[in-house]
Amino acid sequence: MSEHVISEIKRDHIMNLLKEGKREDGRGVDEIRDLKITAGCVESADGSARVKLGKTEVIAGVKIIPGTPFADTPDSGVLTMGAELIPMAHPSFESGPPGEDAIELARVVDRGIRESGMVDVKKLCITAGEEVWMCFVDIYALDYDGNLFDACNIATVCALRTAVIPGEQYGKGENRPLPVTCTPISVTSVKIGNDLILDPNFDEEMISSARLTVTTDDEGNFRAMQKGGKGSITRDELSLCLDRAVEKGKAIRKIIG
Amino acid sequence: MEKRSARNAREVVVPGDLLDDSGMNAGSNAYVHNGKVYAGILGVKNVYHDTVGVIPLGGRYMPTTGDTVIGVIEDIGPSNWLVNINAPYPAPLHVNEVPWKVEFGDTSKYLNVGNVVMLKILMVDESKKIQVTMKDSGLRRIEGGQMVEMSHSKVSRVIGKSGSMIQMIKNLTDCRIFVGQNGRIWIDGDDENASVAVEAIKIIEKEAQSSNLTERVENFIKNRLPQKDNDREEY
Amino acid sequence: MSGHTDMVLVDKKGMRIDGRKTDEHRPVHIEAGVLSNADGSAYLEIGKNKVLAAVYGPRECHPRHLQDPTKAIIQCKYNMQAFSVSDRKRPGPDRRSIEISKIIAEALEKVVLTELYPRASIDVYIEILQANAGTRCAGLTAASVALADAGIPMRDIVPAIAAGKADGHVLLDLNKEEDNFGQADVPLAIVPSTDEIVLLQMDGNMTRKEFDKAMDMAFSACHEVYEIQKAALKERYAIAKGDEDNE
Repeated sequence: MSEHVISEIKRDHIMNLLKEGKREDGRGVDEIRDLKITAGCVESADGSARVKLGKTEVIAGVKIIPGTPFADTPDSGVLTMGAELIPMAHPSFESGPPGEDAIELARVVDRGIRESGMVDVKKLCITAGEEVWMCFVDIYALDYDGNLFDACNIATVCALRTAVIPGEQYGKGENRPLPVTCTPISVTSVKIGNDLILDPNFDEEMISSARLTVTTDDEGNFRAMQKGGKGSITRDELSLCLDRAVEKGKAIRKIIG
Repeated sequence: MEKRSARNAREVVVPGDLLDDSGMNAGSNAYVHNGKVYAGILGVKNVYHDTVGVIPLGGRYMPTTGDTVIGVIEDIGPSNWLVNINAPYPAPLHVNEVPWKVEFGDTSKYLNVGNVVMLKILMVDESKKIQVTMKDSGLRRIEGGQMVEMSHSKVSRVIGKSGSMIQMIKNLTDCRIFVGQNGRIWIDGDDENASVAVEAIKIIEKEAQSSNLTERVENFIKNRLPQKDNDREEY
Repeated sequence: MSGHTDMVLVDKKGMRIDGRKTDEHRPVHIEAGVLSNADGSAYLEIGKNKVLAAVYGPRECHPRHLQDPTKAIIQCKYNMQAFSVSDRKRPGPDRRSIEISKIIAEALEKVVLTELYPRASIDVYIEILQANAGTRCAGLTAASVALADAGIPMRDIVPAIAAGKADGHVLLDLNKEEDNFGQADVPLAIVPSTDEIVLLQMDGNMTRKEFDKAMDMAFSACHEVYEIQKAALKERYAIAKGDEDNE
């Protein structure tokens, strides 16, 4: 698709600016874009959030319904995540079942939430071995200008934090807030030439050689990582990404509140 | 002065809006139904003598024969390149229409995906098939600098009356600027000067609807780039 | 439509459960130009429905075999997001959404000057974020604003609204309860400048007299929605005018 082609002029311009530590939109290399969160925007969902990170916009909704637990975890609730890169969001996105990019995106977001133990699945048991709450998170990209990983992570976290278990709807006791324990935040860096930048926009993402998403918990411990892209990163670069993920994770947690 | 320009503000119309029921002719982007003229696109109502039409406020660029445009190579064939010119259709650039002698299959040695070229629209036929050429004075591959993209409908404001706006920006910023009819504008110059030129063009894009724009843009540039005396005289 | 309830949907004074009169539509809010990548877009709320519409094009038609050498084709994708309804909807198209996509595209075809763009495609995407009966009308209403916002040449803007019947009363713009437990639903879309019908469906049970009354209500409500559509577009493009006044 034509929209994939980044002009040589744009590529050279971005790289020339980076040599002086500058970016096209005036940000520093370690700055993230403006973050706007609208939690609880969808009443038909049990939890929801619409998140704008610069011009990137995503919506996440949570549905919580009773279901059968997995045989190996009979007293634990179930957490499932899906992401859709719908054609509304970008001219290069096509309709159809989720492709590899959408699946990787959902799995990386899922891993950060799951491994941090954000949702206390033990408290989602209704009758051990028989019935538990199943928590479905569906994420849709609405407007894509780079860094869907962090936008989707924030939207998911905010949707879960506002989610309510609809006990009354199913005759399973009172409505109660979904038990959440912490706020896992992912911070994504990409490598362009030999520079590492945070929260890439579309053009930056397109000309980058490698990507690293690092999810931290409230203590600044690492809970999930994913390296993407065909390029490589060095140990030193990794170290810088980790430091930045801890620092920016804190800042984003503050915005979420 | 400013009050007057506000009063002159032209009317924004949407498709289906009645433009005239007193017997005027339908101009561009307008249509007649039962003797009345209606708007056929979102834009600004435009009355000229006994004709009423609409100047679009956006929409896709549709190439017209003779336009000069900036294109990005998006695909390569053995005897042509496919060029994205921001139109609904990519434009094929045939090897006969470039200033080099290209052997069959050698196309990628001359222009590659992502390269940027200045082109002229040679022909647009009835089914909107486009032919473009690079064989005309001033047409070439462009490298370096920056490219700004905006709605093609605002390009005329960037150029200004008989080129007054663009000439003023070029003079004050000492940049090389090429304005493609398809809404792509290429700017090359000193770091600081080029970024001021880019900002100036973005002001025009944002305020394309307003009047006294040339004056405001001129003041903006002079504020950001104090001019030497001789420059001022030259202008 | 076939459900039964003891709930009184219309009381003796002709008042509905959400406080509306029989011929009153839910509050409509429309905002044009809400997305940055799409060539045109609109966000619409009508009652508890929340809808986003985006338009891309005219652009090269994919898949190629759908190309028409004489005009552009309109391709529409209507999609309900998983959390938009009370039971989670499985992602992906189903028979209902494919049918709705088709009739919306056909309704828009009537007003878009497709002959200006042979071989091209105009792609319309409708995402239902929250559903509360009437989403196809909400989606079409938003989509026509998005088309105009995209600067696509068109004869008119298409508004849509449903009328129907519940508790034996002819009602405008059924909400979810009225739709679930009512006796008829008639979504309608028109070209306001000519009053031509471009979308019409009906299911349920109505007499000729009831149907005519429903049509009268829906036609007049379409004209009201039309004014809201136009106001949303004019507001979006009035920002430039605001600059003018300030400078």
